Amino acid sequence: MAASTDNKMQVTNEVMILMSQVNKWFGAFHVLRDINLTVNKGERIVICGPSGSGKSTLIRCLNRLEEHQSGDITVQGITLNNDLKNIDEIRREVGMVFQHFNLFPHLTILENCTLAPIWVRRMPKVDAEALAMKYLERVKIPEQAHKYPGQLSGGQQQRVAIARSLCMEPQLMLFDEPTSALDPEMIKEVLDTMVALAEDGMSMICVTHEMGFARKVANRVIFMDEGQIIEEKEPEAFFENPENERTKLFLSQILDH
Amino acid sequence: MTKSRKYVRLKDAPLLPPPATEAGVTGWLWQNIFASMTDFQSIGACVRSLFMIFFSLLLVYVFVDQTFSLMDFAIFSAVWSDPEGLKREACWTLQQGGALPDGWHGACWPFVWAKQKFAWFGPYPSEELWRVYLSFAIGIFGLIWVLVERMPFRAQVGVLMLTIYPLFAFILLTGGNSGASFTGIGVWIIAGIAVISVGRIGATGYLGAVFSSVSGVFGIVGWGIVALNVFRGVAAVDFNLTPVGTGDWGGLLITLVVALTGIVASLPLGIVLALGRRSKLPVISILCTIFIEFWRGVPLITVLFMASVMLPLFLPAGVNFDNLLRALIGVMLFSAAYMAEVVRGGLQAIDKGQYEGAQAMGLSFWQSMRLIILPQALTHVIPGIVNTFIGLFKDTTLVSIVGIFDLLGAGQSAVADAAWSTPVQAITMYLYIGIIFFIFCFGMSRYSIFMEKKLSKSRRH
Ligand SMILES: Nc1ncnc2c1ncn2[C@@H]1O[C@H](COP(=O)(O)OP(=O)(O)OP(=O)(O)O)[C@@H](O)[C@H]1O
Ligand SMILES: [Mg+2]
Repeated sequence: MAASTDNKMQVTNEVMILMSQVNKWFGAFHVLRDINLTVNKGERIVICGPSGSGKSTLIRCLNRLEEHQSGDITVQGITLNNDLKNIDEIRREVGMVFQHFNLFPHLTILENCTLAPIWVRRMPKVDAEALAMKYLERVKIPEQAHKYPGQLSGGQQQRVAIARSLCMEPQLMLFDEPTSALDPEMIKEVLDTMVALAEDGMSMICVTHEMGFARKVANRVIFMDEGQIIEEKEPEAFFENPENERTKLFLSQILDH
Repeated sequence: MTKSRKYVRLKDAPLLPPPATEAGVTGWLWQNIFASMTDFQSIGACVRSLFMIFFSLLLVYVFVDQTFSLMDFAIFSAVWSDPEGLKREACWTLQQGGALPDGWHGACWPFVWAKQKFAWFGPYPSEELWRVYLSFAIGIFGLIWVLVERMPFRAQVGVLMLTIYPLFAFILLTGGNSGASFTGIGVWIIAGIAVISVGRIGATGYLGAVFSSVSGVFGIVGWGIVALNVFRGVAAVDFNLTPVGTGDWGGLLITLVVALTGIVASLPLGIVLALGRRSKLPVISILCTIFIEFWRGVPLITVLFMASVMLPLFLPAGVNFDNLLRALIGVMLFSAAYMAEVVRGGLQAIDKGQYEGAQAMGLSFWQSMRLIILPQALTHVIPGIVNTFIGLFKDTTLVSIVGIFDLLGAGQSAVADAAWSTPVQAITMYLYIGIIFFIFCFGMSRYSIFMEKKLSKSRRH
């Protein structure tokens, strides 16, 4: 657990995300109920919980892929409201990796990575390509730069998706079940990439059921059920002595194979 | 004899060539033709095979016979020239008073040659035809430049072809000097710029969230107004060319003007309408839906009639609107509605994740449309888009209903010329017109297949 203690030292007191009394409905369905969450810079949070508990919805509210109806969300001091300028600013600071990668199939890997730096950051093409190659090397697939996403394996595609987000040099990365669409032998390569990212001090919020990953890199594990955060602990404590009955049930289901 | 049936190969089995029924010309013939007619195992199979043989032979016969008749009419028996200037007598049989054997049936090409200029350009003044040739030549040159992949600066040439070229061709063909008042045009341009500015301010969110989400519409409308009036402004300049009113245009020239305007305008308009119809804002979505359903609900003939007969009744007296322009606008809006539905089909095929991926990276709505969504959506529906183009190209023949003489209309009036009156006069002309239409439509179809192949190569899944 040496790596883990190292990491904890990088956590600062600077608040990165502040969610207070956030509620969200899909029509009449109350999907997020009174969510309160603070994430400091450098922190790595793992969110888990049963299917349909609102994990995806929670992190999608953080970059306005979903709109919350009440409560306050602040990211890097910017309030998330209907102001498009704020939303744009937040999206520049927050990278997101999806379950199904969402790479753009008509663009090469390199073009996927340079798109946002060129069009959002207004970076010259040469610089954007250099930046993209830097991050493609970091996720260990620089040699695939000129292929199309359809020609890569799932694990490689997901690593490209991570590199693509990193090209915007975000302060925070959101992961929504990044490994659950992958074959078992590809999960490791993606998790390794994420661990390396965590060790470099990236703040991240990660929805995942990879408990090994949670133990290794998380500062806190959050358990959600029916739209609420019902348990929030350091990983050791979370796995060794969960308090809530539902957490215990969930952990027993997911860990007993 | 070995005791056990187990058999393990110690040496590699040799790679053998395929049997004749699997590969090469024989394989193709076997699989596609003979396999279905050589099964005589049972009575049922015999009957089936005999049927297949019979119908195959029948089809071959019909095909060969028809092809031969057509070739015979168009080429072997045709009269190709009329050196003595006999006109209709060159294509008359002995019985009719000419020199051809009785029972002769063939194309009378000299008639088409004599009417060539009329079929292509209508009553356009002969001494001004260089203007038409020049604009055709530049158009073909630019088109080839844009379509051939190896040419440099294709995108830039494409933009020129869509902006400067129409203006240039318009001035060449009409002669410019439209007589529109520069003050009026200036006012319109200022109004357009004002609309754009309002959109820009709105986009910053300064005028409220709802407004900021429709600010794109203001941009589109504003730029449309400015572009249109710059066009009008340049067209009003006197270039010292003899004016040729659109009433003197005709033939293939009209067909191409109507079809190309329709094609060029319908794609962007269709995209805007399709996006509008999918908008989350009910006002925009309802307006676009009504527009699309209205235009799809009426036949093009009705649209053209309304444009040329009814519209002038509603306009204030003195406001005069070119007949061709009215038809053009009708065709444009009509095909835009069809195009909108084709494009919408493409948009629906795009996974929601693509929008989310683009959004999460911070791309604006228009950026993600332009860079991510539309390139994919449009390539999905290339067959549908080209289908609409081809349909539009052929529908241009309907403008002859409102007194505009397109290729077919010009051909038809040429057929009425008694100086060339022979029994084959009409057939020859229609064959000629059919060939011209076929060349254009088939060309579009082949190019679309080429594009599809090329694009599917680049995104193999
Ligand atoms: N766009 C939507 N409209 C209506 N209901 C939705 C929408 N998106 C999600 N829901 C519902 O909200 C609930 C929470 O969804 P969410 O995707 O956040 O769950 P999750 O915890 O991520 O589940 P999973 O582990 O299956 O991904 C689910 O019951 C889902 O059916
Ligand atoms: Mg989810």
